[in-house]
Amino acid sequence: MIKRNKEKGIEWLFTALAFSSLVFLTGIVIVLVKEALPIFSTVSLPAFLGGESWYPTAEPPEFGIFPLIMASFWVSAGAMLICVPLGVGSALYLHELAGERQRAVLKPVIEVLASVPSIIYGFFGMVILAPFLQDRFNLPIGLCVLSTSIVLGVMATPTVASIAEDALGYVPRSFREASFALGANRWETLTRVIIPAAGSGISTAVILGMSRAIGETMTVLMVAGGAAVVPSSIFDPVRPMTAAIAAEMGEAPVGSDHYHALFAVALALFIVTFAFNIIAELISRRYRLKLGLSR
Amino acid sequence: MTKRELIQKTGFTLLAMCMAANIVFLGLIIFFIASKGLSIISWEFLTQAPVDAMTRGGIAPAIVGTLYLTLGAVLIALPLGAACAIYLTEYSPKGWTVNLIRISVNNLAGVPSVVFGLFGLAIFVKKAGFGVSMLSGSLTLGILALPVIISASQEALIAVPQSIREASLALGATRWETIHRVVLPAALPGILTGVILSVGRVAGETAPILFTAAAFYMKGYPDSVLSEVMALPYHIYALMTEGTHPEIQTQIAYGSSLVLLALVLSVSMLAIFIRQRYRRGYNA
Repeated sequence: MIKRNKEKGIEWLFTALAFSSLVFLTGIVIVLVKEALPIFSTVSLPAFLGGESWYPTAEPPEFGIFPLIMASFWVSAGAMLICVPLGVGSALYLHELAGERQRAVLKPVIEVLASVPSIIYGFFGMVILAPFLQDRFNLPIGLCVLSTSIVLGVMATPTVASIAEDALGYVPRSFREASFALGANRWETLTRVIIPAAGSGISTAVILGMSRAIGETMTVLMVAGGAAVVPSSIFDPVRPMTAAIAAEMGEAPVGSDHYHALFAVALALFIVTFAFNIIAELISRRYRLKLGLSR
Repeated sequence: MTKRELIQKTGFTLLAMCMAANIVFLGLIIFFIASKGLSIISWEFLTQAPVDAMTRGGIAPAIVGTLYLTLGAVLIALPLGAACAIYLTEYSPKGWTVNLIRISVNNLAGVPSVVFGLFGLAIFVKKAGFGVSMLSGSLTLGILALPVIISASQEALIAVPQSIREASLALGATRWETIHRVVLPAALPGILTGVILSVGRVAGETAPILFTAAAFYMKGYPDSVLSEVMALPYHIYALMTEGTHPEIQTQIAYGSSLVLLALVLSVSMLAIFIRQRYRRGYNA
C-alpha cells in the first residue's frame, strides 16, 4: 500500500515538473503583455506599428516601430537568400551523395557550425566582414543590411540543413526504389520524387530558419549599424527589433514609456516567431501523417 | 555523356558546393579568430583580472563568471528537463497533455534569446528582487537551456529498448524502480550529451544576461549568488562597443573570442563524440 502511494506520488511529481515548459512559456506571454500594455495609452496600436519615427528618448518621444520591423524583415529576407539554398543543398548532399564515412565527418561540421555562439558571428561580422565590404563596395559604413544578411544567413544555414536532413530521412525507401524502377536516374529521382515528397518537411526547415534569423540578437546588434530608419538600399545601416531591445533596455528607466515600448517590441517579435513555430509544427505534423508516420 | 547525365552531374556538383560552403564558413571563422587571437593569449591573459580600463591584464573573471553562470543554468535545467523527458516517455498517457507539453517545449526553443532576457529582467531581477545577479542570470539561462535538455533526454530514453523495461517489470519491480534502476542508467550517456550541448549553448549566450547578470567590469570574483558577474560573451560585446581604446580593446576581444570559441567548440565536439560512441554501442 505504501509502495503504491509512493509510486503515485512520484508520478504526480513528474507530471507537475513536466509542465514547467508550459508554465515558463505562459509566464513569458503574461510578462510581455503586462509590461507592453501601458505604452498603448500613449500611442495607438496603428501608430505604434505603422509610425515611421522611432525617437524614444526625444522630447516629445516618438514610438513608431515600422523602421524596426522593416529592418528585421529585410535582414531576415536577405539571410534566407543565403541559408535556404545552402542549407537545403547541404541536406540533400548529406542525404543523397555522402557515404557513411563522409557523413561521419560532415554532420559534425554542421553541428559544430550551429554551435558557434552568436557573439562570435557578431564579432566576426564587425571586424572582418564589414571592413571588407566597406572596402570592396566603397561604402561610408560596412555595418548595413548586406553585411547583416550575410552573417545571419551563414548562422541559419546549419539550422536549415539539419532540420531539412531530418525531413529527408522520413521519405520511405520505397519511393526511391519505385522511381529507379521506372528508369529515372538519381538526379531525376531527387528532384521529382524525393524533394516533392519531403517538400513540407523542407519548408518547416525554412520557416524555423527564418524564425531563428528574426530572433537573432547579438549579431544584428553588432553588425546592423543601428540606424532606426526604413532602409532604402542594402547598403543602409538599420536597427532590427532585437537590436533595439538589446541596445536600449539598459538605458530605459523601469516603468517609463520607453521601457514599456521595448516590451511591446518584444511582444511583436514573440508573436511573429511564435506564429512561425506553430506553422512549422502544423506542417510537420501533416507531413508525417502524409508519409504514414505517427511520431 | 547524355544530356540527362550532364544535368545530373551539374546538379550534384552544386550540392557538393553547398556542403563545401559550410566547411569554408567554419574554417574562415576559426582561422580569423585563431590567427589574431593566439598571439594575445598567454598564461597571464587567462589567469588575471583586467586592469587599466580593460586595456591590459587578462580575462579571468569573465571566464570564471561564464563557468558559474553555466553551472547554475545546468543545475536548474537538468532536474526539470530530465523530469519532463521521463514524464513524456515513461509515464504520459497518450493524449492532449503530451501534445500540449510537446508544443510548449518546441515553442520555448523558438523564443528569441533577447525575450528570455526581458522575462528574466521583469521576473527575477525586479519582481523576485534578485537584482542584476548571478542568480537571475542562471535562472534565465536555465529556462533557455530547458528545451535542449528535454529533447536530448527524450531521445535517449526512447532509444532504451522496450524489452529491458518489460524484463524489469516482469521481475516485480515497480514503475519507478524500473525507471531509476534500469531505464535511467541506460539512458545516462544520452542525457549527458544533452547536458553538454546545453552547456555549449548557454556559455555563448549574451542577450539573456545583458540585463540580468552581466557586469561591464569587476575587480575580483563574484562572492555570492547575488553579485553581478563578468561573462565572456558579454565581455567581447563590451570591448567592442564601449571604452576609449578601440585598437587595444579589439585585440583583447580577439583573445576573448578565441577562448570562448575554443570552449564552446570543444564542448560541442565532446557531445558529438559521446553520442557517436554511445549509438554505436547500442547497435552492436
